[in-house]
Amino acid sequence: MYDILIIGAGVIGASVARELSRYDLNIAVLEAREDVATATTAANSAIVHAGYDCIPGSLMARFNVEGNGLFDEIKSELDIPFKRTGSLVLAFDDEDKRMLEKLFIQGEKNGVEGLEIISRDEVMDREPNINPNIKSALWAPTAGITCPYELTVAYMENAIDNGVKLFLEHTVTGLSKDRDGSFTVITSKGKFRALYIINCAGVQGDMISNMLGLEEFSIIPRRGEYLLYDRKYGNTVNSVIFQPPSRRGKGVLVTQTVDGNLLVGPNAEDITSREDISTTNSGLDYVYNMAKRSIPDLTRKGVIRTFAGLRAISDTGDFIIGPSTEIEGLFHVAGICSPGLSAAPAIGKELARIIGEHVGSLREKTDFNPYRCAIPRFKDLSLGEQQRLIDKDPRYGRVICRCETVTEGEIIEALHRSLPVNTIDGVKRRTRAGMGRCQGGFCTPRIMDIMARELHVSMEDITKCGADSNIVVGKIREKREREMKTI
Amino acid sequence: MRVQVDVAIIGGGPAGLAAAIACHDQGIQDILILERDRHLGGILQQCIHTGFGLHRFGEELTGPEYAHIFIDGVKDRNISYLLDTMVIEIRKDKIIYALNSEKGLIEIEAKAIILAMGCRERTRGAIQIPGDRPAGVYTAGMAQLLVNMEGYLPGKEIVILGSGDIGLIMARRLTWEGANVKMVCEIMPYSSGLARNIRQCLDDYDIPLLFNHTVVKVHGSKRLEGVTIAEVDSNRVPIPGSERYIECDTLLLSVGLLPENELSEGANVLLDEITGGPIVDEYRHTSVDGIFACGNVLHVHDLVDYVSEEAEIAARGVARYLKGDKSDSRISISHGAGIQYTVPHIISSRDEDVELFFRANGIYNDGMIQLTYGKDILYTKRYNHIVPGKMERIRIKKDILRQLDMEGNIRISWRQREDELSDEAHMYSLSTGM
Repeated sequence: MYDILIIGAGVIGASVARELSRYDLNIAVLEAREDVATATTAANSAIVHAGYDCIPGSLMARFNVEGNGLFDEIKSELDIPFKRTGSLVLAFDDEDKRMLEKLFIQGEKNGVEGLEIISRDEVMDREPNINPNIKSALWAPTAGITCPYELTVAYMENAIDNGVKLFLEHTVTGLSKDRDGSFTVITSKGKFRALYIINCAGVQGDMISNMLGLEEFSIIPRRGEYLLYDRKYGNTVNSVIFQPPSRRGKGVLVTQTVDGNLLVGPNAEDITSREDISTTNSGLDYVYNMAKRSIPDLTRKGVIRTFAGLRAISDTGDFIIGPSTEIEGLFHVAGICSPGLSAAPAIGKELARIIGEHVGSLREKTDFNPYRCAIPRFKDLSLGEQQRLIDKDPRYGRVICRCETVTEGEIIEALHRSLPVNTIDGVKRRTRAGMGRCQGGFCTPRIMDIMARELHVSMEDITKCGADSNIVVGKIREKREREMKTI
Repeated sequence: MRVQVDVAIIGGGPAGLAAAIACHDQGIQDILILERDRHLGGILQQCIHTGFGLHRFGEELTGPEYAHIFIDGVKDRNISYLLDTMVIEIRKDKIIYALNSEKGLIEIEAKAIILAMGCRERTRGAIQIPGDRPAGVYTAGMAQLLVNMEGYLPGKEIVILGSGDIGLIMARRLTWEGANVKMVCEIMPYSSGLARNIRQCLDDYDIPLLFNHTVVKVHGSKRLEGVTIAEVDSNRVPIPGSERYIECDTLLLSVGLLPENELSEGANVLLDEITGGPIVDEYRHTSVDGIFACGNVLHVHDLVDYVSEEAEIAARGVARYLKGDKSDSRISISHGAGIQYTVPHIISSRDEDVELFFRANGIYNDGMIQLTYGKDILYTKRYNHIVPGKMERIRIKKDILRQLDMEGNIRISWRQREDELSDEAHMYSLSTGM
């Protein structure tokens, strides 16, 4: 019997797990997929919003601004990438200028600090590649960029280090409330029991609540498509560049990523499938053409990857955070669409507070360790630090991914951490191996070799992203025959 | 670790090996090859099919056989090389930073550098095929590595997009391994691959080659389940209604090669937007003093024989450079109608005849290649046929070069036979003995 079962290991589930791991509780996290951060968390804009575009008084407004303020602390405790780049909302015409005024006032109400409407010339000074025909812009110095899957991995590793159990590839298929007030959770790999359930299931959030016969809310999957550019184009902008919502639509953003790429997107399309993360020609064209309004010289030449992600939009129009109105012991963290990533650190803390309120009082662990160290990122070290790392472990001297300069040492480290990884995509998300301009063309077979050796699995068993996504399907004739002979 | 060398060669593939040998044979003693892979020979090691060396050695060798002639040449001459060594930075003052697990960081001070890093394949992301992102979508070269180096089969039901040579070779290789290669789709109305590969790798195995076709969508959430293909119009835009779903577990991409010049750019080497490689003179000297380039890092070649030849040209350039020979001119070469690019881009000395390599930008029949200098026609050569898939060459005599201004411009263009003006052009070239 667990005290708490968290369903879903996206950034929200991981943040909640980590914040609750401060207390003397028996906690498990159930995740349907083969790794954490594979769905909404894996494919979004990676922006820490300032918080001026949420409706004052909403949960979105509150947790966005609070969450934003927590990122410096999270960065130093969990060793995650985060950069306060600031953001600009561009006004292209008078209608947009009125919108900036509205956003400014809204931001002030939400408690966003440092907002300023700046002139065209000031914008051009900061951002020389911006469309020179803009009128003005809203400058928000507290906005920033982070890496959502790195943040999730960091939260979950820290949670595991503090005693949380993570069960990957455990799809929740049934949920019931027992007579004694506890819950039974049926998964694809067995039953779990718990006193409290926290639903962090993202786009599946309403389906979890449906399993208990509830119809408290419903989730609409909204798909957004992106273009990711080669690092050569990363310096096109210095801050996050937004377009104001207008008659033309919500607008797309242009930003540098924490890894130095340029990211452009998303569009917004409500779809019926909760799994369809395919990109479309029309979506990508729309994103590119909209982005060109902000950056007129943008071409599609430097694109190295396109992707799409789903956002979980709730029919309430706001985040849903707190106890179920119907069932005691069930807590929802649902409808966490944008600015969910920005809000994640504050949502985790809020859940700990709410659970504490319910339980009466939570006892803090004396040995809680708030710190987590990232995998060393060889490329970003100074020459001296690089040499010291190679002296300590020569495998840091062997570059496996040429495009992103990722070493064998980093990949081996990723395979053996407290939150282990056994897929090509998992290694990629943790180390950036395969994330560069050749998209794994050179390094995938070498990463497979390392994984086979380190994890004692065969090459045929290595997958891109879990069951049924094997990279190779068998051995060639010559290899089979050779192996027969050696037997 | 810190070392000083006369010539540092970045890359131990066909270009680097031939450059090293030729440098040595030019009398340069202190040469160091830096190779990122675990073996010398580069991509040739995974090209186990024959067809290499026909021009150079008069016989059809496999990739490893061709490589070994040069690897032996390097070893016979005791030329130094470092394997499993990644160059992470080249500075324009010819300081190189590299690293390997044995020596850690290595700082190399070179008098001259030869860039021979080769190229990489264009990916799905680069051509932006929409759809899902499952396992089973690979570049043809990665599939070749999996099959020929690691011994694994990437899939069983295969569609190939692009008719580049590696894709054609892989169509045959995978058929031999029992896979069903369903088709090769080529967006252009012609193939960039060699005619002999189309014959020997597709026609002989009844694998259909669909011109004017491309993949418009990828399907499958885990492993590839199928692709939607469509016919394209003359602007390469898919024709609505022509879509067809093809079931397959593997999509191989053979959609072009890109010279790998990230290190070159870091050293401020100027690149040609069309080739993606450095702008060079006839000795393959780049815009940065003492940095030379050859092989596929300079422009993508159809035959390795030409890579070796180009490496030797660069080595002669390095020898001249180390001797202190200075350039005396800067004749630029521009391309007109029908020409995609030329190498070299400029001619900086007039001591020797210069071979001008060029590629057509489309298929042209029955016409001529003309070199003009202002209004003067320097040279005309008749061609029945030129295609983008075949690199062509023209030799410009030093006597002609010496008649030109030091800063002049030679223009190379294709002319259809009907716009032939007179026999004047031939007269000129005959009189100059070209």
